[in-house]
Amino acid sequence: MSRADIAGVGVRVRRSWSLGLFAGEFTVTLRRWRTLALLAVLAAVPVLVGIAVKVESDGGSGGGSGGGDGGAGPAFMAQVTNNGLFLVFTALAATLPFFLPMAVGVVAGDAIAGEASAGTLRYLLVAPAGRTRLLLAKYVTTVAFCLLATLVVAVSALAVGALLFPLGDLTTISGTRITFGEGLARALLIALVVAASLLGVAALGLFVSTLTTSGIAAMATTVGLLTTVQIVDQIPQLHAIQPYLFPHYWLSFADLMREPVYWDDLQKNLGLQALYVAVFGSAAWARFTAKDITT
Amino acid sequence: MGTEAEDSGPAEGAVIRTRALTKRFRGGHLAVDGLDLTVPEGSVFGFLGPNGSGKTTTIRMLMGLIEPTSGTAHVLGQPMPRAVRTVLPQVGALIEGPALYGHLSGRDNLLRYDAADPTADPRTRRSRVGAALERVGLSAAAGKKARAYSLGMKQRLGLAAALLQPRRLLVLDEPTNGLDPQGMREIRALVRELASDGTTVFLSSHLLDEIEQVCTHAAVMARGRLLVQGAVAELAARARGRLVVTTPDTAEAARVLKEQGVGDVVVEERDDRVTGEPPEREPAELNAALVAAGVRVRGFGVRGASLEDAFVALTGEGFDVAG
Repeated sequence: MSRADIAGVGVRVRRSWSLGLFAGEFTVTLRRWRTLALLAVLAAVPVLVGIAVKVESDGGSGGGSGGGDGGAGPAFMAQVTNNGLFLVFTALAATLPFFLPMAVGVVAGDAIAGEASAGTLRYLLVAPAGRTRLLLAKYVTTVAFCLLATLVVAVSALAVGALLFPLGDLTTISGTRITFGEGLARALLIALVVAASLLGVAALGLFVSTLTTSGIAAMATTVGLLTTVQIVDQIPQLHAIQPYLFPHYWLSFADLMREPVYWDDLQKNLGLQALYVAVFGSAAWARFTAKDITT
Repeated sequence: MGTEAEDSGPAEGAVIRTRALTKRFRGGHLAVDGLDLTVPEGSVFGFLGPNGSGKTTTIRMLMGLIEPTSGTAHVLGQPMPRAVRTVLPQVGALIEGPALYGHLSGRDNLLRYDAADPTADPRTRRSRVGAALERVGLSAAAGKKARAYSLGMKQRLGLAAALLQPRRLLVLDEPTNGLDPQGMREIRALVRELASDGTTVFLSSHLLDEIEQVCTHAAVMARGRLLVQGAVAELAARARGRLVVTTPDTAEAARVLKEQGVGDVVVEERDDRVTGEPPEREPAELNAALVAAGVRVRGFGVRGASLEDAFVALTGEGFDVAG
């Protein structure tokens, strides 16, 4: 063995490797009890909403007092009994303000900090996964989780809706009729927009995750921030800053059910998410690539 | 030592070389202070020092986990942490004990770590993981969840992770921690086997006899500074042995020995023993003097110096060593 090859042998990076790293990340995340429990809770929400609506519409004697679950998408709620597909929109409207971002906050907050507190981060880095690549794999995993969580809500709602209510052509918010097939397509589009709405909080959670070596602290901080921002978004006196808060345009996905679709707030929402991803993604990168790993 | 390789740049044949490597943490704590370490290729290098002496911080700097405050570190001839991507695939490491995903099986833990290595071939992944498990004696428990592993099994799994690929350098931080005597013997045998294949092994430990049994070279750290480094035989030779006389007439023996110019004479009444610094001249002459003075000499000899004597001399009594 000559001295010249002291660091040259066998160091050929495989192109498919990043994909493998991401696939590994995603499986490890999905095999955690915590992740499965979060998904189970998300799947249960449409079931509860569906049963509540069914009971309320069937038994005129008993449960007519409530009048909806805390105002979650009232425009859709009334329509659920006519068409089960509306349960998808109702369920997404009910989970988007808190359940979905909370689940994403837990996964994102745990991403780096959880590995740091378990000590596995040092072994990933000496493997060597590379700090930028690892961070990217973590973010892509979180994004995949956003999509998965949203689809779990949507699919569960569709199943419950089909089981409890009739399906068929539907009426948009604007009053026009569209076919069931087009309704399904819009439901899928809405699910994608909802998933995209979570990208900002995912980036925020990842940034928080690079700041601490305690997974629990990172998760709690992210969920705490989410709650705070949601409250600030409700205080009228603070309207000046509200357009810059990541959840401000979240419920704009309902505009996809207008005919023609009203794109204004949808675009603002996606633009705002992109801004959060850029700002907190860069901050997370700057922090993580310069950090001393002492756990 | 280290006269053949000069200060600037990576040394020929040095697998690890640091120059004035220093780490001061944000709180102001100076963890590593001007470390000049040279680990020759093919050596089994023992890295000794009490807890908090800066061993782990040094290892983390060598592995690119911690950025040095000043100074340089070269591993396999490349600067760290800049060359992490090219150097680390050739390095297997066990740092501050194993860290595992408790919710994954032993095998899945290794599959995950292997997937994090950009140079690892996914087609041979399963067979390499199987071979690594076999090597540390964990094949039977490979399907068990890692959280159900004992400390010793976790340690073995951590070692297996370091052996997933053929390595040029193995960095093992306290590798026998948590193992029973049989397990320790197995690890020592494994280290010897790897070393005979040409792998350089950098072994940190607080167990002196472990270092003495397997290491060809050693370095001693205390309070962030390197006290000494070199070949184990050479280090042990620096600490001189002790003259030991076993006799019931201890007081008389001590008097005679002092008369004969023996320094640091200590009487160990309970063991009927008198010890002292060995003389420059022929020890047999001392024995003759003792016998001539009527001392009943039952045993006479020079106890050889161990690495432990060297270590105690270095860390305890402030032995003046030009490291």
